[in-house]
Amino acid sequence: MSDRMPRHLISIDDLDRTGIERILDRAESFAEVSGREIKKVPALRGRTVVNLFYEASTRTSSSFELAAKRLSADVVSIRSAGSSVDKGESLKDTIHTLSAYDPAAIVIRSPHAGAAQLVAGWTPAAVINAGDGKHEHPTQALLDVFTLRRELGGALDGIRIWIVGDVLHSRVARSNILAFTRMGAKVTVCGPPTLIPREIEALGCEATASLDGLEEAKVVYVLRMQNERMKESFVPSLREYAERYQVNAGRLRPGQLLMHPGPVNRGVELSADAIDSPQALIGQQVKAGVAVRMAVLYELLVGSPMLAAVA
Amino acid sequence: MDASPLFSQDLPPAELLIRGAHVLDPRSDVDEPQDVLIRDGRIAELGLAGSLAEPDDGETIDAGGKHLFPGFVDPHVHLRTPGQEYKEDLETGTAAAAAGGFCAVIAMPNTAPVVDEPSVLRSLVGLARTQARVPVGFLASITRGLRGEEMTEMAALRDAGALGFTDDGMPVTSAGMLRKALQYQRLCGGVVALHEEDPALSGEGVMHEGPVSARLGLAGIPSLSESTMVARDAALAGYESARVHFQHLSCVESVQALKAAKDAGIQVSGEASPHHLTLTEDVVRTLDSRFKMNPPLRGERDRKAIVEALRTGLIDCVATDHAPHARHEKEVPFEQAAMGTTGLETAFAALFTELVMPGELELSVVIERMTAGAELYDLPTPRVARGELANLCLIDLEARYEVGADGYASRSANCCFHGRVVHGRVLLTLAAGAIAFRRPMLVPRESTRRTAQPSVQGLAQGQARGPQA
Repeated sequence: MSDRMPRHLISIDDLDRTGIERILDRAESFAEVSGREIKKVPALRGRTVVNLFYEASTRTSSSFELAAKRLSADVVSIRSAGSSVDKGESLKDTIHTLSAYDPAAIVIRSPHAGAAQLVAGWTPAAVINAGDGKHEHPTQALLDVFTLRRELGGALDGIRIWIVGDVLHSRVARSNILAFTRMGAKVTVCGPPTLIPREIEALGCEATASLDGLEEAKVVYVLRMQNERMKESFVPSLREYAERYQVNAGRLRPGQLLMHPGPVNRGVELSADAIDSPQALIGQQVKAGVAVRMAVLYELLVGSPMLAAVA
Repeated sequence: MDASPLFSQDLPPAELLIRGAHVLDPRSDVDEPQDVLIRDGRIAELGLAGSLAEPDDGETIDAGGKHLFPGFVDPHVHLRTPGQEYKEDLETGTAAAAAGGFCAVIAMPNTAPVVDEPSVLRSLVGLARTQARVPVGFLASITRGLRGEEMTEMAALRDAGALGFTDDGMPVTSAGMLRKALQYQRLCGGVVALHEEDPALSGEGVMHEGPVSARLGLAGIPSLSESTMVARDAALAGYESARVHFQHLSCVESVQALKAAKDAGIQVSGEASPHHLTLTEDVVRTLDSRFKMNPPLRGERDRKAIVEALRTGLIDCVATDHAPHARHEKEVPFEQAAMGTTGLETAFAALFTELVMPGELELSVVIERMTAGAELYDLPTPRVARGELANLCLIDLEARYEVGADGYASRSANCCFHGRVVHGRVLLTLAAGAIAFRRPMLVPRESTRRTAQPSVQGLAQGQARGPQA
């Protein structure tokens, strides 16, 4: 086990394999807490966690909030709408203001790449990236690895994972390519050539424009397809996209696992029969969110092995 | 020089003996320690080190072990006046130029308002005459408001002092619009300088399209957004027998297009910036907004091609594209940050440290290319030769220091070389015969003779504007 956690979690690059495993192992113990009648441990009692969301979010913001509360932290959640952010306050000024409350951690979601990293330079708090532009979403990647590790009953070494859809605009894709390959899986990204970034192979994956060959995948990870991409001429129509890239029961072979970061566009990137099939792990992913984010908060803020018994 | 299109304050002409500096001027074929005597702002005598007598009137600077070069000329700076003086003004911008060894700079017209009317240009000329520490030349815009739609009064602007024309910051997207300006150039003269970018290809891009943009999830600006426009505009220039200058070339494909145009005998020239010559997209991995500029830092293959083109002279000169921005415009996430880096104070040290010291370029080539911008705009090229106006810079190549540790002469600090340890420190700059910059540590040697009043004044002014001021 790596004996040191990074101070912040900005990118999957902040973690080596042992660091990831340490967080996942911790998440296993917190998953047990989530099964109790009183879902609370005192680990962060008296400490403050600020959730700062500059973008709409349901599952990420609610699971971070729950995670901090189940660790007994005081939680302040701020959304850009209606806050001083909405009145034109700069990110730097907002962070200085919030830092005056002496938070132990700031969780930030921003539409802009690098926002979390900037925040880390402006506050003494630990900073957790809850999604920055199209750059990274490390806690999503961690909960996906957690879900898969549970489902596979062990390591990801050697398994093939296909990530299908709009890779160009996806922070989930970037963090997941890094996390999956770091855990020993082989990743292929697949999507319309207009939505696969040039030189994405530099991240350590393969790229293809066709679903032919999908049967080799043990895991099919489908990305959300946003309607606005049609207007920007990345794909001519949802119909054509669905025809070529929709993952449905007919395209899934038995034994394959299906994942999606949510929210799903039913009938676009996934068919209803695929979503509702027992091969789909979408519900497990959501459930893992709380335990994994508890583990991230715990490891960054407490982390010392001596206190491990707390959970 | 009489009707010089460069404008600056009237500073007292220097009276100075620079003793024993290693003089390097490739055009004058000098490359040895010499004494250089400056009288009334002109190079009065050159002689072997130790051979010239100390002047009766004036001071002597003991410059043994230092290098004396012709003053540098920067054909591409943003001095932000009028309208954006919170970033830079003529005084701070030319102080930065002088601190970087530049004896002349050419300012871009993308100000607020844009320099698209003779009245705006005339007021700038007036300001330069009271504020500019080194001579400044001005380009006017090709189109009104940089909108790319209507031509400016190019002839009247030339009469008001414009060295040439550019819409820098914005491309002239319409080939038809540019063609008309190139036709009109036959009437009014003046170089047409071009910022080459096809907005349909660069889109919302904020960095070079390549492996790093793929990793960071940032929208990319492909190289061909520049090179296709270089090729297009070279064709237009050839057809209209016009003279065009390509600004801040950044990629291998643009170098190829420039070569094809030159080989075809078209009157084209090109410039490259110190940052494109020394840095690549790799540094953007830090998401530090200091590395956000347009055109963006590209791949190592591009950087090598630009260096090689500069070496052979295919790319004619170095231009800093000095682009100051206030802190609050850069202390934001990368995608929101303003584009541009300052460059005047670091150009020589960056090129010397990153290219000359590792052996990629010869020092004499760097000196030649840092002065070659003058000729492209029909200005006299600074020379270290008898009878020439003193346009000189004295540099300590041994001095090793951290960029920005002592602050900047520029009003802005958005320098892509900030924090780097570099070699080569400018000690003294003479521009148009006057001392424009003097590093405070460079104290005059105790002389047995009286020190003349003008030099003392020069010293005081140099100190007042030094980076530690």
